[in-house]
Amino acid sequence: MKAIPALTGLLMAGTAAMALTVAMPATAQEALTIVSWGGAYQDSQREAYYKPFAKETGVVITEEEYDGELAKVKAMVDTNSVTWDVIDVDTNHAMSGCDEGILEPIDYAKVGQPREKFVQGAALDCAVGTIVYSTIYAYDADKLKDGPTTIADLFDTAKFPGKRGLLKKPFGNLEWALIADGVADAEVYNLLRTPEGVDRAFAKLDTIKKDVVWWEAGAQPPQLLADGEVVMTSAWNGRIFKAIKEEGKNFKIVWDRQQPDFDFWVIPKGAPKMDLSYKFIAYASDPKVMANQSKYISYGPTVVDAIPHIEPATLEHLPTNPENLKTALPIDAQYWADNNDELLKRFNAWLAQ
Amino acid sequence: MAVAPYASPVERAWYYVFRAICALVLLFLIAPILVIMPLSFNAEPWFTYPMPGWSWRWYEDFFSSDRWQIALQNSIVIAVSTTILASFLGVLAALGLSRSHFPWRALVMGLLISPMIVPVVITAVGMYFFYATIGLTGSYLGLILAHTALATPFVVITVTATLTGFDYNLARAGAGLGAAPARVFFRVILPLILPGVISGALFAFATSWDDVVTVLFIGSAEQRTLPRQMFSGIREQISPTITAAATLLILFAVFLLATVELLRRRSERLRGVRV
Amino acid sequence: MPRAGGVERPSRPATQAMVSLATDIVRTADGVPLKVTLRRVDRARKLKAVALVVPLFLFILLSFAIPIGVMLFRAVDNPEIAGALPNTVAELARWNGDELPDEATYAALAGELQAAHKSKTLGLIGKRLNYELPGVRSKIMAIGRAVTKIEAGPYKDAVIGIDPMLGERRLWTVIKSAGEPYTIFYLLSALDFERTQDGDIVNVSADRAIFRDVFLRTMGISMTVTLATLVLGFPVAYLLASLPARTSNLLMILVLLPFWTSLLVRTTAWVVLLQTEGVVNDALMLLGFVDERLQLIFSRFGTIVAMTHIQLPFTLLPIYSVMKTISPTHVRAARSLGAGPFVAFWRIYFPQTVPGIAAGCLLTFILSLGYYITPALVGGPTDQMVSSFVAIYTNMELNWGMASALGAILLAATLVLYLLYNRLIGIDKLKLG
Repeated sequence: MKAIPALTGLLMAGTAAMALTVAMPATAQEALTIVSWGGAYQDSQREAYYKPFAKETGVVITEEEYDGELAKVKAMVDTNSVTWDVIDVDTNHAMSGCDEGILEPIDYAKVGQPREKFVQGAALDCAVGTIVYSTIYAYDADKLKDGPTTIADLFDTAKFPGKRGLLKKPFGNLEWALIADGVADAEVYNLLRTPEGVDRAFAKLDTIKKDVVWWEAGAQPPQLLADGEVVMTSAWNGRIFKAIKEEGKNFKIVWDRQQPDFDFWVIPKGAPKMDLSYKFIAYASDPKVMANQSKYISYGPTVVDAIPHIEPATLEHLPTNPENLKTALPIDAQYWADNNDELLKRFNAWLAQ
Repeated sequence: MAVAPYASPVERAWYYVFRAICALVLLFLIAPILVIMPLSFNAEPWFTYPMPGWSWRWYEDFFSSDRWQIALQNSIVIAVSTTILASFLGVLAALGLSRSHFPWRALVMGLLISPMIVPVVITAVGMYFFYATIGLTGSYLGLILAHTALATPFVVITVTATLTGFDYNLARAGAGLGAAPARVFFRVILPLILPGVISGALFAFATSWDDVVTVLFIGSAEQRTLPRQMFSGIREQISPTITAAATLLILFAVFLLATVELLRRRSERLRGVRV
Repeated sequence: MPRAGGVERPSRPATQAMVSLATDIVRTADGVPLKVTLRRVDRARKLKAVALVVPLFLFILLSFAIPIGVMLFRAVDNPEIAGALPNTVAELARWNGDELPDEATYAALAGELQAAHKSKTLGLIGKRLNYELPGVRSKIMAIGRAVTKIEAGPYKDAVIGIDPMLGERRLWTVIKSAGEPYTIFYLLSALDFERTQDGDIVNVSADRAIFRDVFLRTMGISMTVTLATLVLGFPVAYLLASLPARTSNLLMILVLLPFWTSLLVRTTAWVVLLQTEGVVNDALMLLGFVDERLQLIFSRFGTIVAMTHIQLPFTLLPIYSVMKTISPTHVRAARSLGAGPFVAFWRIYFPQTVPGIAAGCLLTFILSLGYYITPALVGGPTDQMVSSFVAIYTNMELNWGMASALGAILLAATLVLYLLYNRLIGIDKLKLG
């Protein structure tokens, strides 16, 4: 019977090892899990918000990145096991997540800024705006001397042969497809609200389908351009700006029909550390703090009072610069909140065909 | 295999063509792995030859970056825990299954091996829904359990295979000499099947060490493992740090491979002695 | 505790008869018939064997089998509408389906939509109905906003006034069927079928049909990969089996190293190799084979090459271990009897390798069916396999019923092959490394 202790010993060692690993992440400090879009954008948030907030409050911030898919949030809310505290989402999820009851309604009294202080459309029922970004397209001026200048050029494979990078979602692409097909700006969303308009947009996308490399994460487009995998690609302006500024790339942004839009902070329904989450959102919505972010990435603030704090040299790279706004095509958030589901389904089917 | 003396010229020609074909296939197998190793020493962040210069910078990056280091630690913790748990459960089960008296053996074996066969996305999605309801997603325990389920088939297979050649008379002799069952196991059975157990444990380790799909679904930022970190790296930004990590993983694989090979030889020797 | 005595299990009927005769007569020292003691010992042993397996059995059941079972249940589970519109669904139970529902049903719907608007669950209703009636989500959202303005009945005309769709039978049929506790809708959709207003099962229109293609593509890629691994693996297995041990062990390392290298490392390697500015294109340009860089990554070609590389050892190793058991004297005998080298190989050697080929190919085919990571990283949108759609529906579209239905069909295909494998070869005969 001498061997029995050995067996028990082995078992206990195993259990102990497991207990150790399970106990490891638990710490005495307060912790907040913040989820964002990775890459250069998350770097800028880290510098502007996470680090100073952690320093000021002693809260440990765990970062996670995602590609904007709300599956995990829904699973967490459905099963009452929310572990994400604050999430950075796009407009469409900010609105549809609210409609589907997976986001906590925002109490603006706790945000520190009254709703009126936000730019129009940046303060929603369940979401607090954090940046103004824009979907643009860009090319490598070292490889393309006489570069494209309009959205029509993006769709013109005769004039500019080669692969194009596009976001692997219908969002934004359908609008550009209609513009490239000759639709007037004011008519784009009216047309998209009819089945014929959607068909027309897909038909236009069909013409370049075989020349498209689809990207999902915001960090991919600058990489695709740098690797020469594509000659031009849609992207979020801050990512391209970062590649120009910090990696010395000769990328050029085409601002024609740029699509300015917001990103938002949201709190999943039933998140356990509500007070701490609000504390963070209030901190990040402070005009001075918010103005800091534009030092790291060329995205604009959503709180009006933050604008005076931004350096003039930075302002010209922001989507909100009047020069860049000339032919801007603002995203119709309501359209996407209502139609994204079915368009995404059709888009995925279209891709797979 | 040499050319037989009676071979015709056609056969002789075929002999060399055949060898050339085999060499090409072996090249296909090994070349991709060899090609990326030197690139991890590239001074420039590109993936093209010839390389402009040599540097350790990507290894420095790997060892100094928090993300990679945390990923490395997570991988080790999760893989080691998985290995212990999977080996324990797997060896017990293999001992039971290798008794000739086992009822519905094929059926039970089929179920126990099924995690190896079921497409891993299905396993991951199923566990993701189920573990979420009991609060196991985003936890080390959840990942360890998931990996253990995926890893036990390897332990069961290797240990049952070793036990097929096992002579139970040795165990009976031990029992006949008055040893208790546990003592028989540790003093007689275990030393003899140890090579099988260790190679099963190595497979279990490798399963957990390699897995990215279940981590994608079940893990959260805190449980980011090496493959998970490489996955987002490949999708987002192929920095040469990935090739440095890959090279280290290849060296580690060589180490595991050598261990298994040594064990196999030892096992063969042991069996040779017994016959 | 009964000792595991030296009683061997009888193997042949004759011995069995003799033993049973003997055990009838012989008694143990304490007077119990030997037969009884033996049976007792046998049962105890069986119990012991079972007890050893129980922990793992329960573990696999709880951590693996039940989660998958629960997931499969989602493919037919249908709780959304019944939960969000319980009164409407109850009223619809009386509905004959020939004309529009009555005032009471409209009143129930109006009341529940108002409540849903207030509790912010309208999106859920819209989302669920949208699966079966594309385009309805935005309408439901608009209806929900408008319906709050109706304060008192009669509701029927007021509700129809908001959107004429509410005055059509189609929407009500969908609400009724979506309100049932179980549905075959997801399974039908996963095979590109749908139900019409009258309940007939028909093919979906061509622009929405994708899954049959995806399943065929999954089969096609898996078959191509299996074939490629066989063509590449067979000669190498033959070489390894016929070389002297020292050389073959050395070459074996070349096969086993990729086998032991992380799948992600190998996929990374292929990304690096196949990129437009990558090593393969560099080499082709340098050697002057091509004038323009080829599109190798994000293509079917890249997917198949990378998958073949990853699966090759799985096909090769079983073939090799079977070849090792074939005696070279067979072929020599054939040659000495006058057979040519090809005939000797094809008629004598090859048939003996078939079990190995079956084992290796079946294993590779089964494993290929479930590929996800490699096509995601080196394939284009038209190279994605069923697994990737399971992931898309789980993560992006949040349509878990659909994800489960696709998973269920893939799993069924895999299990059929697995049973076949188990039947033909026996999973426990699988050699690893």
